[in-house]
Amino acid sequence: MRHALVSTLALILSVTLAWGFETEAERHFGPENAPRIRVLGTTDLAFFSPVAEAFLAENPGLGIEYLQASSQSVSLAVDAEGAPFDLVISTAMDLQMKLANDGFARALPPDIVQRLPGWARWRDRLVSIALEPVVLLIAQSALNGQPPPRSRRDLIALLRDHPETFAGRIGTYDPRISGAGYLFLTQDARMSDSIWRLAEVMGRLDARLYCCSGEVIEGLIAGDLVVGYNVLGSYAAANLPEGSGVLVVPMEDFTITLQRTALIPVNAADPDGGAALLRFILSDVGQDIQAQVTGGSVMRPESFTSQPWLMPIRLDPGLLSTLDTMTRDRFLAEWTAALDQP
Amino acid sequence: MRARAPSLRRRLVVQLIVLSAGLAVALYVAVRLGAERASEATLDGILGAATSTIAEELRSVEGGAELDLSPGTFSMLAAMGEERIFHRIDINGLPVTGYADLPLPPQAPTALQPVFYDAEYRDADLRLVAVARSLMIENRAAPVLVIVGQTREGQRAIALGLANRAAALGLVVFLFAIPFSLLSARTLLRPIGRLAEAVGRRGGHDLRPVRHPAPAELAPLVEQLNAFIARLRQTLAQTETFIAEAAHHIRTPLATLRSEAEMALRQAGDEPTRARLRGMIRATEESARSANQLLDHATVLFRADQKAQDRVDLGAMARALAERFQPTADLKDMEICLSLPEETLETSGDAVLIEAALRNLIDNAVKYSPADSTVDISLVDDLGYARIEVTDRGRGLGGETQAALAQRFRRGANVGGVVGSGLGLTIVSETATAMGGRFALAEREEGGTCATLWFPRSR
Amino acid sequence: MRFLLIEDNADLARSVRERLEMDGHAVDHAASLSEAEDHLAVAPYDLILLDITLPDGDGRGFLQRQRARKADTPVIVLTARSAVSDRVDTLDLGADDYLTKPFDFAELEARCRAVLRRRGGTVTNLQSYADLVFDPMGGFVSVAGENRDLRNRELRLLEVLLSAPGRILSKDQLCDRLFSLSEPVSDNAIEVYIARLRKKLEGSTARIETVRGLGYRLTGG
Repeated sequence: MRHALVSTLALILSVTLAWGFETEAERHFGPENAPRIRVLGTTDLAFFSPVAEAFLAENPGLGIEYLQASSQSVSLAVDAEGAPFDLVISTAMDLQMKLANDGFARALPPDIVQRLPGWARWRDRLVSIALEPVVLLIAQSALNGQPPPRSRRDLIALLRDHPETFAGRIGTYDPRISGAGYLFLTQDARMSDSIWRLAEVMGRLDARLYCCSGEVIEGLIAGDLVVGYNVLGSYAAANLPEGSGVLVVPMEDFTITLQRTALIPVNAADPDGGAALLRFILSDVGQDIQAQVTGGSVMRPESFTSQPWLMPIRLDPGLLSTLDTMTRDRFLAEWTAALDQP
Repeated sequence: MRARAPSLRRRLVVQLIVLSAGLAVALYVAVRLGAERASEATLDGILGAATSTIAEELRSVEGGAELDLSPGTFSMLAAMGEERIFHRIDINGLPVTGYADLPLPPQAPTALQPVFYDAEYRDADLRLVAVARSLMIENRAAPVLVIVGQTREGQRAIALGLANRAAALGLVVFLFAIPFSLLSARTLLRPIGRLAEAVGRRGGHDLRPVRHPAPAELAPLVEQLNAFIARLRQTLAQTETFIAEAAHHIRTPLATLRSEAEMALRQAGDEPTRARLRGMIRATEESARSANQLLDHATVLFRADQKAQDRVDLGAMARALAERFQPTADLKDMEICLSLPEETLETSGDAVLIEAALRNLIDNAVKYSPADSTVDISLVDDLGYARIEVTDRGRGLGGETQAALAQRFRRGANVGGVVGSGLGLTIVSETATAMGGRFALAEREEGGTCATLWFPRSR
Repeated sequence: MRFLLIEDNADLARSVRERLEMDGHAVDHAASLSEAEDHLAVAPYDLILLDITLPDGDGRGFLQRQRARKADTPVIVLTARSAVSDRVDTLDLGADDYLTKPFDFAELEARCRAVLRRRGGTVTNLQSYADLVFDPMGGFVSVAGENRDLRNRELRLLEVLLSAPGRILSKDQLCDRLFSLSEPVSDNAIEVYIARLRKKLEGSTARIETVRGLGYRLTGG
């Protein structure tokens, strides 16, 4: 069934390519002629599909058109292109915040906003639809029977002590390409200076840089990599096959926890449709489906009491500071410098 | 129609309500402006400090400048109600980071003096501050302009909320003001009501000055009222004196005239002289009766207005009058039969007037009855009224109606030869009305007249 | 009987006095209250006729003083004041009766008699003629010792006849004494009363004779 659906991609691709931003995947759900809710998101199609199908099951006669793109592309599409989507979902909280701050987000219906706690929304423009921890993936084989590192300090020590095991086999985001990677790094830097020492260690061990969590996970599965740093826990849970020998390790000094956020652009053609879908995603049914798809790594707020190391990224304009070009340039320069040790 | 003077109570209530409505509005405006101003000053201070911090974070590095914007600064700026934040940094007059199209300040800030200004940007009303500094770039001092703007929606919402609360408070005050003003109007006006009641409760003869305690504001009114009462008392005294004097001056010469004529009649021998003397006596009699009744009537009118409330035992009064008329009746060999109930029947009113009415009725009965006849006076209880009937066997009404007979100066057409002025029945009728009673006059089938008076029985 | 007439109007006083004297009463006249006090100090009176308005004071004050003094000489007030309120006042103050001026002598007489009768008539002024005995105050008549019940007008007619026994009294003279001048009287009214009186006095030695064309007279044998 999934193949049949994927086959329709080519057609839609050609239509949406008219826009200047790059898409990674697209898919149309529901009847051909039905009115469509157009959704743009960073969420993997595989994760989004069950939600979309459940929604359409409740709302027959509607269709959903989903475009998957990188967080930068998502931001660009809404911001620079003014593409008329009805719902925009992204893991890049900073970029979403900038869209909302700059006035690209429409006011959400009060019933959606009022149900959410203060930390899960910014004004009535941007809402959190999932909490996702950012985790460390490590291949059991690389540990040599030792316990997995529980903090960045442990990780640094482990990497430093076994260069032969880890050289060329560490994967992480390239913050210059990946919005999420940049966000995770700036948050790391904000919480602790250990990230700079880690960068130095990873630089010395020729860490490989990727655009997305998915590629890091694939590298681990393939055995090319033994460590994946700052990987979205939900992707790992969903994509790591049984018995892959890869451990998902939360960092107990602090585990950055991301809020996947959604907004409805001001120029949405069908904002009510977008709101209806958003309402479904936020409903108990929608949340359960997401939790199933991601293997339980989509967290409920209760997790914060049982796992005190979870550090949520605050959904507020503080996120905007790292998007400042000068600040970003300086940060990336510093990171690159730390990584490219002579 | 008489134009109704506006009610004091309504005026008071309206004034109090208008006042409290004005207060509510003033409270709303004052709180709103005050809250906006106070929070504006505070927020400007925070904005200025944050912007200065950002400016200070600019570092000169090789080939340009370097900036590390602290997320904390931005978070802090946004904290007040999740505001939107925009920034822009210009070096050498060129935007280097942030929003390149963010509006510039109306005048250039100095290092000492940041410039605060308002501008519209991307569908938002912004409060902006521009801070200036200079930075050494490639060995040259480059002017740096740091602009940070924030929306003030939260602040406005809070100010509006405060103002709304103030308005609600004002409204509550206003709502309370309505019953309160009604209450205070009543309290304020109560002394007037009490004074009016105290004056109204007085009997007709009570012409003492008003000594009821009254608020200072009412003192002039009470003073004038007392002056008026004094004048009234004097006028009434004069009226009474006048009536008495007039009576005296009319009757005394008439009495002399009459007795002289009577004496002359007794001594005169020839018939023409006697006839003349009789005529004279009759004329004297007639003038005397007219004068009597006119004066009686004046007294009735004068007293009816005074509304005296004596307790009058009608039985005792009828008995006294019957006794008093007996000698007159005896002259005609007439009988006066009195029939009184066992119980005491009382009415309240002016005893003098009631006596005058009853006397007039008995006087009429005795006067118009033939010799050897009987006049019956009966008193019974008639459904809460005391009914007095005076029945004679005289000539009756001669076909005339009671209303016509009761008219002033009318006399029955059949009184021929009996002296009377015609005011008697008027006096009776007016007295009955003034006492809350009724008067009826009917011809009896067996001849004669039955005059009936009803007075309300007092409890 | 002895009257004290307290009246300041000289003309009225004179005619009242003459009239009362004509009926055989003794009358002292006082023109002021002080004069009245003087009279009262020296002589007892059967009845006082009191005017209210007097030059040296109010008759009511005099009345009050009299009653306060326990002097119980009957008083008839002759008032010229406004009738309505004065009447009640004067009776309350202790007057036995009152008359408003101008008054009919017949009524004055009647009231005097009534007052004296009410007071229990200590005065006896019996008149007798032939076998008739007559008490004008008590209204008592007897024929040869036998009581006769006469009505008021019959008594008064008898009194008039007795005042001049043997003299002829004309019908007019009788009418003037018997009927109020304000009352219409028919020509034969006197004849009716003469007839009644004759009937009441039947068996008496005194007779009422008709003198044709002249009138009536009382004769007795």
